Amino acid sequence: MAKIEKGSWVEIKQVVLQPEERAQNLPEDTKQTPYVMRMSGFLTADAELGDTVTIRSLIGREHEGTLVTLNPSYSHSFGPTMAELLHIGIDEEAK
Amino acid sequence: MSQRDNSYAAVMARSNEIMKASVGMDYDDYVISPIAFDYERMMHDTGYTHAEIVKIQSETKVGNTPLFELKRLTEAVRKISEPGKGARILLKDEAANASGSFKARRAALSVFEAARKGFKGVVAATSGNYGAAVASQANQRDLKCIVIQEVFDSRGVGQPEIIEKGRKCEAYGAEVIKLTVGPELFYIHLLTLEQTGFFNASLYTPFGIRGVETLGTEIAEEVRIRYGKDPDAVIITHAGGGNLTGTARGLLAAGADKTRIVACSVDLSGLHMASDTDFNKKSFTTGHTGFGVPFATWPDRADVPRNAARSMRYMDEYQLVTQGEVFFVTELLTKLEGIERGPAGNTSLTAAITMARQMDRDQIVVVQETEYTGAGKHHNSQLSFARENGIKVYVGDPAENVPGKTIVLPERLDQVRGKAQDLESLKLSYLRNAARRHPVQAWTDEDISFLAQDIKSTPEWVRANLPTD
Repeated sequence: MAKIEKGSWVEIKQVVLQPEERAQNLPEDTKQTPYVMRMSGFLTADAELGDTVTIRSLIGREHEGTLVTLNPSYSHSFGPTMAELLHIGIDEEAK
Repeated sequence: MSQRDNSYAAVMARSNEIMKASVGMDYDDYVISPIAFDYERMMHDTGYTHAEIVKIQSETKVGNTPLFELKRLTEAVRKISEPGKGARILLKDEAANASGSFKARRAALSVFEAARKGFKGVVAATSGNYGAAVASQANQRDLKCIVIQEVFDSRGVGQPEIIEKGRKCEAYGAEVIKLTVGPELFYIHLLTLEQTGFFNASLYTPFGIRGVETLGTEIAEEVRIRYGKDPDAVIITHAGGGNLTGTARGLLAAGADKTRIVACSVDLSGLHMASDTDFNKKSFTTGHTGFGVPFATWPDRADVPRNAARSMRYMDEYQLVTQGEVFFVTELLTKLEGIERGPAGNTSLTAAITMARQMDRDQIVVVQETEYTGAGKHHNSQLSFARENGIKVYVGDPAENVPGKTIVLPERLDQVRGKAQDLESLKLSYLRNAARRHPVQAWTDEDISFLAQDIKSTPEWVRANLPTD
């Protein structure tokens, strides 16, 4: 696997609580899943995906977790056009 | 610090001491009984005058937002109303605050307080606009900021609005801790406060609420100047209760004591807020009944020992709207009024349409917030994500909306009707919740007086409706 260089902007993942360690009174579906944290930061040493690594966050705190993404990005969008919305306001309300 | 037991149970057991250190106030000073406390003294002890709050907020690009008259929307409502009906609709454009929402008002005072007390950073646990607000304010006061968000389900999928809110926090340079679904967010919150020694910029401290008071006073003062009277009704999107509490207190402080305080939430009844599978079946992440009802019927479920947001103290009415109605009105605002704003902020605008139809033409109804919009935080994003997640989206009768199953966009404005939530049943539910925390047999006159004030009622009404089970 390709080496990811120290200083790269990466995302880590960490299981915070296993299902059996979780809070009481959770709905059945949630109870069966682990409680997971993800966060982004700068990698503190060279590593590969899947390694346990340490990152330094934007405010300088260090966190440990499994390296899951190199250069995590935001790709959320406006989504595919919902034609239903386009009709609103051009018909009788606007006249 | 690293030698401490950081297990879930151990950290939760340290909750009180962590809170005391991280808010810089001792809630025990105000406690009267397990249910009652001296609310007004707690609010007063923040130590800030109204003028000081205005000054603090103006230093960091908060407040004095425009109040727009929505002329074409008012006209459209009048066309579908009975003769003589159709109140004037005004909109307070809170998107103009730094970070794009009214939440900047809450953040401004909390972050100022944190800086004044010498904290090096602030922590906010929120998936809402508040995270970006705290991050934006922290930058201006040179403090570090951590935002803890519930972002995705166990598949790692997050709904676009929350993803956008996380992006915005990171854009301001905050550390963003992104979590899966569950109330254990509070555990991470406590752990983070303990490890950093940062200030708990909770939404529910007295600072978080007093910061919203300026919104209420601005509305009262500007409506008086422009229309020569007080607003007849102010509609406030309701979730945790801070928006309503702060705005109502501000209106009252300005002397607008006849103005009706109307809460409004998106009806998401039937969806479980801690359910991993329901998480991505809702198109609204806040301003909905999943927070609005529990926080109204028992405010002391927040991340501080006693919640300063106590909506039922001020609420005169409570309107529910459907997701489809809000998306319809968001589009209509764009087309008729020429401004694009985020859908979550238009919840109260949706209720305003129903209210304005019932009110006289010479009356004034104020919608007290808007929020910014953009990729993710947009009704097209929300609707397309809903459709991808198996929700049926179609145009028809909004009465067919079923949270988690269908989103029905109204065909016409006259189908935007919402529905009234019965306040009396909420008050009874509040009393039952109080009884769970402190048995009715132990309630003193002081407890009953507190409960009555807390739900805008009388001790006689409380005595006549004591929970029996």
